[in-house]
Amino acid sequence: MNDELAIRARGLSKHFGSLKAVDHLDLEVPKASIYGFLGPNGSGKSTTIRMLCGLLTPTEGSADVMGYRVPEQSKELKPKIGYMTQKFSLFGDMTVVENLEFIAEIYSVAAAQRAARIDELLQKYDLTAQRKQFAGTMSGGQKQRLALACAVLHHPDLLLLDEPTSAVDPQSRRDFWANLFRLAEGGTTILVSTHYMDEAERCHRLAILDHGVKVADGAPEELQSSTGMNVVEVLADNPYRAQTVINSIPVVASVTQLGIRLRVLIPEAHGDALQLVNQTLSSNSINAQTRIAHATLEDVFVAVTLRPRERAA
Amino acid sequence: MKSLSRLMAVTRKEVRQLRRDRLTFAMIFGMPMMQILLFGYAINTDVRNLKTAVADESNTHLSREFVAQLGETQVVDIRQRVTSSADLEELLRTGEISIGVAIPSDFDRRVIDGKRSAVQLLVDGSDPTVLGVANQLRNMPVSFDSNRRAKEQAAVEVRPYYNPERRTPVNIVPGLMGVILTMTMMIFTAVAVVREREHGNLELLINTPVTSFELMTGKILPYIAIGLIQLALILAIGDLLFDVPVRGSVLDLYIAASFFIAANLALGLFVSTMVTTQFQAMQATFFLMMPSILLSGFMFPFDGMPVAAQYLGEVLPITHFIRLTRGIMLREATLGDMPFELVYLGIFSVIAMTAAALRFSKRLD
Repeated sequence: MNDELAIRARGLSKHFGSLKAVDHLDLEVPKASIYGFLGPNGSGKSTTIRMLCGLLTPTEGSADVMGYRVPEQSKELKPKIGYMTQKFSLFGDMTVVENLEFIAEIYSVAAAQRAARIDELLQKYDLTAQRKQFAGTMSGGQKQRLALACAVLHHPDLLLLDEPTSAVDPQSRRDFWANLFRLAEGGTTILVSTHYMDEAERCHRLAILDHGVKVADGAPEELQSSTGMNVVEVLADNPYRAQTVINSIPVVASVTQLGIRLRVLIPEAHGDALQLVNQTLSSNSINAQTRIAHATLEDVFVAVTLRPRERAA
Repeated sequence: MKSLSRLMAVTRKEVRQLRRDRLTFAMIFGMPMMQILLFGYAINTDVRNLKTAVADESNTHLSREFVAQLGETQVVDIRQRVTSSADLEELLRTGEISIGVAIPSDFDRRVIDGKRSAVQLLVDGSDPTVLGVANQLRNMPVSFDSNRRAKEQAAVEVRPYYNPERRTPVNIVPGLMGVILTMTMMIFTAVAVVREREHGNLELLINTPVTSFELMTGKILPYIAIGLIQLALILAIGDLLFDVPVRGSVLDLYIAASFFIAANLALGLFVSTMVTTQFQAMQATFFLMMPSILLSGFMFPFDGMPVAAQYLGEVLPITHFIRLTRGIMLREATLGDMPFELVYLGIFSVIAMTAAALRFSKRLD
């Protein structure tokens, strides 16, 4: 196995009955990076993470994770990984310190270092004031910090985070990501799933999943510059009417309204997108300002998840 | 070494959570106390003071003496005197009495004659227990000659061993140990495991180096201790309130209980692997409770049950445990006298534990 890769999966599939939750997924996650899974609910993010840590047995395919084959060697792998579940899964009827102590014991952290490590984590994750508080009574952000503290307590080489920020406010999310960057700088590989675009943008690399299929992967900037789409931004007096008109152009892949602006995606193959939009608008006598814009990650997401439908049509 | 410390970590956590769960903690002591009081006081198969009416159509010295004797047995409580057996039937029908004593007008002659029975008992036989008690009255001697009465010898003599006063609690309490331990051990373990599954803790735990064995064993250790404490509690209340003896060795009793607790915990763990919510766990344990109470010989003598029910009863660990407790506590038996019962409990534990461990995998699928 390549020493530069933390995870390499080939043709990883998981079927639940007739549902293909994950369908022939190939994955290469470089070490000491933050790798994101972006996709809507039900796109196979959680299932993939669970297969990578040995919680679920793949229907087909296999993966090397930190040099171990899963699912065969998942027992040896466990001490090397930290896992944060989507739902808060620590013990609500135990205090913050008790939870950390329990996790430390489970991971066989030497008794001499236990107290120091826990103190360090309490400080790092800003939980010192809550140390005696029952975990179940804390806020979403505090619970999330505790979960992260527990996941990294044993200095894992790989962190698997399943939608870690779905229950916290924006400020907590920013702080949380600051922590992730710090961990990655320290050499930890982080695999994080999300359905937030802004979070996906912070990842070093990214895979976009849709219905169990990886529809795109690469660095966020790469993905944005290789959508194969022209993006036209339209600022119209009557956005709703403009949208209806633009939608009627056969080659338009998608129109999204953002406030008073419209973002129009047109495949590059169809020539000058700006001219096409302008013509259509003026022939319907709609007054609007238009310009070519850079693709955002959301545009990428829309573009790649549209493709199968486009093909079908 | 790491394995042991992980196991102890799980146990410590379990005890910690148990201590904070006040209701469950209260149930550990409340459940045995309430059950022993209910069963000890309410269940009584040695029936006394049956509501009775007498129709004495003879009204001689002898008949009045007979009625007085009848009252002295305390089996009947003579509440009414009526004139005819037709009145007795009416009282039986309305449910005012359970037994009607009909003394015919030629009572004295029948006694002397000795060929026909002198007294008729009209019994509400819808309750077999009442009928059984009434049958005891058949043996009451009646004669003019008090010397002859004493000399009269029955062909069969009954010598009640082990419980000569025929007190029901003496029989109930040793069995009740089995029922209480079955209930608490099975419910607590099943719920303890399922609760973690429901709260999502399990998904976290199975991603740590802790093994299924460490997790399972660590979780049940506190409950073994609780089971033994419950046993002490039942023995103490049984002794204080119901004067239930422990004639055999207390050590034997505790050894038998340890095997039995292990069997129930293993069964509880097995149940926990079959269900997904705490509610289902409660239903499943309740489902297993009914046969444990009814088919184990706890309520009804084992020999009286249909053969199929007896086979079913033999499968249940509680059946064997009740034989052990009754043997040790009442008949002064030792474990060596009843080796099969103990061996069965051991085999049952191993099978149930293996089945539970096989079904509980550290995977989600």
